[in-house]
Amino acid sequence: MPLLTPNRFKGKLLIVEGIDGSGKSTQLSLLAQWLRSQGLAVAFSEWNSSPLVRETTKRGKKKQMFTPTTFSLIHATDFADRQERFILPMLKAGAIVCADRFAYTALARDVVRGVSPRWVRNLYKFAIQPNLAFYFRVPLEVALGRILGGRDSIKYYEAGMDLNLSRRIEESFRLFQGRILDEYEGMVQEMGFHVIDATRSIEEQQMEMRRIVMDHLGDAIAAGQILHKEGAFRANIQSTTVL
Amino acid sequence: MPTSNPLQFYSEPLPDVDVSELQGKLIVIEGPDTVGRSTQISRLRTWLEQQGHAVLDTGLARSALASNGIAKAKEGNTLGPVTMTLFYATDFADRLENEIVPALRAGFVVLTDRYIFSLMARGLARSEDGGWLEKVAGFALVPHAIFYLRADVPALVSRVVMGRGNFDFWESGMDMRFGPDMYESYVRYQARVIRALDGMAGKYEFTTIDASKPADLIFRELQRHINALFSPPKRRPRAKKA
Repeated sequence: MPLLTPNRFKGKLLIVEGIDGSGKSTQLSLLAQWLRSQGLAVAFSEWNSSPLVRETTKRGKKKQMFTPTTFSLIHATDFADRQERFILPMLKAGAIVCADRFAYTALARDVVRGVSPRWVRNLYKFAIQPNLAFYFRVPLEVALGRILGGRDSIKYYEAGMDLNLSRRIEESFRLFQGRILDEYEGMVQEMGFHVIDATRSIEEQQMEMRRIVMDHLGDAIAAGQILHKEGAFRANIQSTTVL
Repeated sequence: MPTSNPLQFYSEPLPDVDVSELQGKLIVIEGPDTVGRSTQISRLRTWLEQQGHAVLDTGLARSALASNGIAKAKEGNTLGPVTMTLFYATDFADRLENEIVPALRAGFVVLTDRYIFSLMARGLARSEDGGWLEKVAGFALVPHAIFYLRADVPALVSRVVMGRGNFDFWESGMDMRFGPDMYESYVRYQARVIRALDGMAGKYEFTTIDASKPADLIFRELQRHINALFSPPKRRPRAKKA
């Protein structure tokens, strides 16, 4: 049985994954901007952003009410809402949907929290299989350096404080991210991630992403299957726009 | 009856729960909307307390975590079927971990107004995948008894019309538009829910009770079954203390 639900729609689903500080959001927004500039319809969906579920998640986090199971379920609810209300209609309409984090985030994080891998893999079976999944591989210390330098404070669940790995929030965050990294690495083969070396320059990474996108979607784009602005210069996209 | 102590999980044990510590009884009352579950539960509670049992009663969408969120989501018009299933599963998990398990640990009788079966039936009625639903809800404890108050659609219609006097949007499955108006959608949707519950009765060992009988008779039937749960062979022998 397939792990996720196959994408039978005209639109394409592109997702990025990686630990905090891997640079995936930066790369995805550059990619989305480029696709838009080519006249293609691009829709953007961020992890944990459903307005329907927001209040409940906020409440649970603020009052530290979550167990590994409810933490997992509320994020699945959030994702289901975004998929049903936004991602599916956009794919049906023929857009390129760019998702910053996807079900794989939950698979990695929830398993680290102690939820059964089998159970959480079933939980996300309704998720649409991405056409392309980019995984930003970065050594833990590099990612931590980017994060811990540039932010005011790490939050309780972000640091995995509920796992009692350490009383010190930075140390807990370090241990938690390290375990998530291991989970991601274990999924690379299983999920068919395109691994991007996130220690390279931003430009180099972006170039590689664009190349991979054109390899996979170039034909569909050239054939006009993706929703696009009338008169967009599709035929030449491959030769002229990969940096 | 599905099980005796110690309780078990259906397919996925919850992290950090030692079932051997769960000394109480878990009793589920299932059945479609408006079938009369809450009336029976409040009588059972009083009766059980008179017998000296401590009782926790709980039910769908009553969790500290998710009840407000679910209520709000149902006021809007964007709650999709998978989202609904998972929101209710979140609610259920929160109550299971934070109310039901602690109460069972403390030796309470837990009376729950619906369980995972309504959640699954609603999902099935909305054409969700049965295998998926079952595994999602697999962290539920197998109850000591599941009483299924069964009624057919005409009986439910008459209860709605004579009782509350109007059809509820969600009880009518209007999110899926099973029919051109509330009544027709209600009839088709509730028929699907009943079919789904009927389909679970054997597998999950429901004790099916005909809900068209007078409430007193139903109550006595429930009392009889519940008494049997407390009869001596179910109790674990314990060493006497001086």
